[in-house]
Amino acid sequence: MSPFAEYAISALLLFGGAFTLIGAIGLARLPDFYTRLHGPTKATTVGVGAIMLSSVIYFSAMGEDIGISEILITVFLLMTAPVSANMLAKAAMHIGVKTVEGTDGKPWEQ
Amino acid sequence: MFDRLSFPQPWLSLILFATWQILSDGVSGGSVVLGLILAWVIPQITHGFWPERPAFVKTWRMPVYILRVLKDIIVASFSVAWLILSPRTPRPAFISYPLTLDHPLAISILASTISLTPGTVSADVSDDNQTLLIHALDAGSDQEVIDAIYNSYEKPLMEMFK
Repeated sequence: MSPFAEYAISALLLFGGAFTLIGAIGLARLPDFYTRLHGPTKATTVGVGAIMLSSVIYFSAMGEDIGISEILITVFLLMTAPVSANMLAKAAMHIGVKTVEGTDGKPWEQ
Repeated sequence: MFDRLSFPQPWLSLILFATWQILSDGVSGGSVVLGLILAWVIPQITHGFWPERPAFVKTWRMPVYILRVLKDIIVASFSVAWLILSPRTPRPAFISYPLTLDHPLAISILASTISLTPGTVSADVSDDNQTLLIHALDAGSDQEVIDAIYNSYEKPLMEMFK
């Protein structure tokens, strides 16, 4: 493997790991259920995306496969993350989860 | 009877078949057979959930839209990451977004886009498909968020679905 590929893989892994960690910190730090929904749909998407990209580079550099399956995993993730966030939000509104003080507007009655 | 043996959505079947070939380790007799079965069964089962055939005229605009959304996802993650790490408390808000789009598929694409991009998650759509409820993590004002979504996502989608 060329040193350039090694640097790229390490950088992407660190970057992805950092973003996933920040997403997890967000779960602990954000004040209520609805704000916590924002962590998994964004920070983590990029985190996993970066880790997938490093996997693609690794396997191409090893001369095995071009790694279309990793790209498919990322696509599936991008397709399912909004749906799960939407279902979580709907369920929370249905059972009337309280919003944090200072929130503008109100969730709908279900 | 022949309904049951047909492919009601040829494109969906083709995509499913191709996806299965990529996911399995190399194309073989087994993967082709299983791919054909999946390409036949899944559209049959999910047939009832699909909206009427969309007036998807300008498909060639889709790649531009996807690239813009990918760029926004990366920008959005940085701003959300920064918000999580900064000591300031965010100002969350529920915003009712008035929809101009009317096709169900277009609305679901818009809702997914909103969930993936800058500080917003779409929470619900009203029963008459007129309003989308959005939760914003850190909203300046409602109008700002509505204008930003309208200009960057809803307008291009309206052009695609006309």
